[in-house]
Amino acid sequence: MRRIASNFMVGLMLGAVVVAVLPLVFILGDLLVKGAGSLSWSFFTRLPAPAGQSGGGVANAIVGTLIIVGVASLIGLPVGIGAGIFCAEYSGSRLAWLTRFVADVLNGVPSIVVGVFAWTWIVARQKHFSALAGSVALAMLMIPMVLRTTEEMIKLVPRSLREAALALGYPRWRTTLQIVVRTTLPGIVTGSLLAVARIAGETAPLLFTALGSQFFTTDVTQPMAALPLTVFTYATGPYEEWHRFAWGAALVLILVVLALSLLARLATRQRFDLNG
Amino acid sequence: MTPLTTSALPSPVPAASLTTTSEPPRLRTDKLTAMYGKSTAVSGVTLGFPANQVHALIGPSGCGKSTFLRCLNRTHELSDGGWITGRVLLDEEDVYDARVSAMVLRRRIGMVFQRPTPFPTMSVYDNVAAGLRAGVRLRRGETDEIVERALRQAALWDEVKDRLRGSAMALSGGQQQRLCIARTIAPAPEVVLLDEPTSALDPQGTQRIEEVVVELKGDFTIVIVTHNMQQAARTSDTTTFFYLGTMVETGATRQIFTAPRNEQTEAYITGRFG
Ligand SMILES: Nc1ncnc2c1ncn2[C@@H]1O[C@H](COP(=O)(O)OP(=O)(O)O)[C@@H](O)[C@H]1O
Ligand SMILES: [Mg+2]
Repeated sequence: MRRIASNFMVGLMLGAVVVAVLPLVFILGDLLVKGAGSLSWSFFTRLPAPAGQSGGGVANAIVGTLIIVGVASLIGLPVGIGAGIFCAEYSGSRLAWLTRFVADVLNGVPSIVVGVFAWTWIVARQKHFSALAGSVALAMLMIPMVLRTTEEMIKLVPRSLREAALALGYPRWRTTLQIVVRTTLPGIVTGSLLAVARIAGETAPLLFTALGSQFFTTDVTQPMAALPLTVFTYATGPYEEWHRFAWGAALVLILVVLALSLLARLATRQRFDLNG
Repeated sequence: MTPLTTSALPSPVPAASLTTTSEPPRLRTDKLTAMYGKSTAVSGVTLGFPANQVHALIGPSGCGKSTFLRCLNRTHELSDGGWITGRVLLDEEDVYDARVSAMVLRRRIGMVFQRPTPFPTMSVYDNVAAGLRAGVRLRRGETDEIVERALRQAALWDEVKDRLRGSAMALSGGQQQRLCIARTIAPAPEVVLLDEPTSALDPQGTQRIEEVVVELKGDFTIVIVTHNMQQAARTSDTTTFFYLGTMVETGATRQIFTAPRNEQTEAYITGRFG
């Protein structure tokens, strides 16, 4: 009887695993079938063709995504990691409590709201759309994620390790940076990469900020193309050619996200065993 | 003797002293009381540790041995709510004086913990050199020399000399603990505190550590907490019995184990409680 119950539970769990993994398989398969056809040299190197004409590529959107996500990371990672270290090191303080609370609230705010917020405070005031406003919006999404993972990672470092460093005469800040943060660095890198992967595909905040563009630009004060925007615009457009482009752009986007996630896994693999 | 209030590194090896009664102990406490918030863990302990001897602290679990030890190098104040009254004197200088830097003090009073605590991201070499790097800058050659000497004193050199650049986490538990001893003695502290250093080790690892501890007293003043009475008897010159946060009896190890004056001490060492 116990055996049957046990087998039943294992069966249920296996079923759950299949349900969890299948969507990824389907999405990847679908994207490969529909998108791989449009991946060509010109897809990666050319600008979008004018409406109605065939050919062209999404080079500007690829570069745009790299720039927007890159700038967002430059803002979001240092702030998120720094605040995470603070919350872990001064976990009992009121400021840490407040920071944690704000981060948790921010974590639950829908990304479209963050986009509207960035539009109100940056785009509306400057009276034009800009990639930088997009980066700020994405950074706002990143910060609470990175903050919380950094804090949790640091809390995994045994107290004894910290005390061993302090007992050697290390000042507190050196103990934090050279022993605690250094020990948990692979975990922080993993958290950061996952956060980057997570925001790389965000569309809603960019609709209100970076807007998208048919042209090639590296000027972050101007509207800029980005892969999620390309997917959005082309998929909802009237032309068959556009739809194929949307599939291609979606495939590139998901490959980038997949690569980032794999990198994140690699970083954790090399993690040191804290408990020896 | 280097004053605590300067940031200079202490002189490498304290001169061996003859145990004359006139000489003040290297380290002593004066009515030391240790608190966690409102609860008392150690109360009113006055105790001296003469130089170049091994001093054992024994007593049942929870009697305040670790807390007492942690007051000596000011790591007690790192615990939540940890504070003290009374004094701790290193070479007759109050280590809780406002002008004394806890960081400088901790370079003069090293500590080895119950569980081995090698730094996981550092190599064997860097672990031993870690404490040196907290102090004044040394030349490369000097560091090499000190690291080798510390590893030899910790009886670990032969086992790790070919893997100095390897991860410290690859060592066995016993080796890791000797590595921690090497790391503690490398900056040449005057006093070495050990808090049940063998409680996580097998008998063989325990024996190696005990041999090292006895060897080290030539260069250092040693205070070792142990719940193992044979260990106290084998390694120490003096033994102090703690019970319920107070010091019950202190004396030469031989006397404590053969002719204890206090009946609680006798009950404890004969294994009737604890
Ligand atoms: N961090 C702490 N916070 C509060 N109380 C503590 C803490 N550490 C130890 N104590 C208490 O202090 C007393 C002495 O503990 P400890 O010094 O660890 O004893 P021992 O090392 O002899 O086993 C115990 O009653 C213990 O519960
Ligand atoms: Mg203890």
